[in-house]
Amino acid sequence: MKKSELPDPFETARTTKGYGEMDDQNDPVTMILGLKDVRKCAHNWKTFTSQSAPGRIVIPSEVNIRDTRQIPFEMDPPAHKAYRAIVEPWFKRPLEADYSVELSKQINTIVDEALAKNAVEIVEGFALKLQSRALTLLLNTPYEEAETWISWGTHVFRSEGNPLDGDKATILYDYIDKNITRAMENPNGDLYSMLLEATIDGQKLTREEIKGVVVLTFSGGRDTIINAVTNAIAYFGEHPESLARLKNEPEIVNNAVEELIRYFSPLTQMGRVVTEDTEVCEHAVKANSRISLCWASANRDERTFENPNEVVLDRKLNPHVGFGFGHHNCLGATHARQIMTILVKTLAEKVKSIDILDYKDNIEDLGEFKRKVGYDKLTVKFN
Amino acid sequence: MAKITFITRDNETIILEGTSGSVMQLAVDNGVPGIDGDCGGVCSCATCHVHVDVGHHLKTGEATEIETDMLELNDYANERSRLCCQIQISDAIDGIVLQVAESD
Ligand code: FES
Repeated sequence: MKKSELPDPFETARTTKGYGEMDDQNDPVTMILGLKDVRKCAHNWKTFTSQSAPGRIVIPSEVNIRDTRQIPFEMDPPAHKAYRAIVEPWFKRPLEADYSVELSKQINTIVDEALAKNAVEIVEGFALKLQSRALTLLLNTPYEEAETWISWGTHVFRSEGNPLDGDKATILYDYIDKNITRAMENPNGDLYSMLLEATIDGQKLTREEIKGVVVLTFSGGRDTIINAVTNAIAYFGEHPESLARLKNEPEIVNNAVEELIRYFSPLTQMGRVVTEDTEVCEHAVKANSRISLCWASANRDERTFENPNEVVLDRKLNPHVGFGFGHHNCLGATHARQIMTILVKTLAEKVKSIDILDYKDNIEDLGEFKRKVGYDKLTVKFN
Repeated sequence: MAKITFITRDNETIILEGTSGSVMQLAVDNGVPGIDGDCGGVCSCATCHVHVDVGHHLKTGEATEIETDMLELNDYANERSRLCCQIQISDAIDGIVLQVAESD
C-alpha cells in the first residue's frame, strides 16, 4: 500500500447491505454507508435528531466528559436556524480579502520554515501550528493565543492512548470561561464579544450557550484540519507530479481542494439519535439507539463517484459530503476551504517535492471496520 | 453574450451580462446576495440554488442526475430548480430570469 493512500474499508458492507455496526462505550451505532442514504438520514432530523444528550451524537461519545451543548451543532430545527443565523456571517469572514491575505502570510511563513529544515514532523510541527495560528483569525483574537493552543497538543479531547481525556476538556472549558469573562469586561471585536452582543428575539445568549458555540469552534476544527493538512502533505509527497500540475494549472485548485476533502474525509462520521422505531437500509433501528452518517464511506460510493478510490485532481462533478450535508453542514467549511486552497497554492509555488522519511498511521477502530483517517506522525523533508 | 436577470430573496432585480463560465461564478463575482457558491461549482454545496422563471426553463438544458439528487432533499426545491453552477453561460440562455431560492 502506498503511504499516502487512504483505503475504503466500507466498500463490501456498503455494496452488500448498506450499513455497518460498531459499539461505542455500550452505546452501539448503526453506520449508514451509502451516499443517498446518508443524505436522506441527515435531512430527516425528526427521526434522526441532533438534539440529544450533549456529546451523544459524537462518535466516540462524549456524554461522560461534557455537559455543555455544542451550538448550533447539537440542536434541531426550528431552534437551530436562529442560532445558526447568528454565527453564519462570522464564519463567512474567511471570504474577506484581509482575512485571506493574513492567512496567506501565515501559511507562507510556515512553509518557509519547513523548507529551511532538514526534517519536519508534520502533525505537531506543521499542521497543529498552522491550524492554531489560523484559528486566531477565525476567532479574531491576538496571534499569540496560538501558542497556548499549540501547547495543548493535537487533540482537545484526546491524548495519546486515552481517547476521551476529561482533563484536556477541563483545560479548554476553563480557558473559554476566562475569555468570556474577559470579553464581558472588555469587548474587543472577537468571537466572544460578538456572541455576547448577539440576540435571538431580543434575548441575549446565555453564558452556557456562548460556551457551546466556542467549544464547537475549537473542537470541530482541530483534528479535522490537522488530518486534512497532514494527509495533503503525504499525498503530495507521493505525487510530485500533482504539485507540478497545480502550479501549471492554477484554475483547477478549487477542484483539487474539493477532491482532497472527498478523498480524505477528515471527519469519518457523525451520529444521530433515533427518535422512533424505524428502518434504514431495510434494517430495523430502535428508538433511542444511534445511527451514524458515515461521510467517509459515502464519499467513496461507486454509484456516484467514478474511480472513487483515486484522487482525480480536476474532478468536475463532486457532490461529496466531506463537510456534511443539509442544515448542519460544517460551519467552519469556509475557513477550512480557504486554508486548503492557500496551502495547495503555496506548496505548488514553493515546493518541488516532499520526501516522506517516517510515518505512523492513525487508524480508527470502528467495530467491523478499521479506517485510516490520517497520521499520528509524519516526518518529511520539503525540497 | 447573455443577459441574465437575478431576482434576490428581497425581490431586488440584478441584471448581469456574461459570455462564458458558469452562472454561479457570474453571480458570485458580482455579489448577488444568496448565491454563495461555497464549493466553487463542483455540485457539492447547493448554495447556488435558483428557480428558473417559467418560460425560460428549457433554455438551461437538462440537469444531470448528480444535480437532481442534490436538489431532491432540498426543502425549497421545485420542478424549476437548478444549481446555477451547472448552468454554463452562452447565447442559449440570453434573457433568462432566475429567482434566488430560499435556504435554511
Ligand atoms: S456552487 Fe456548490 S453546488 Fe453550485
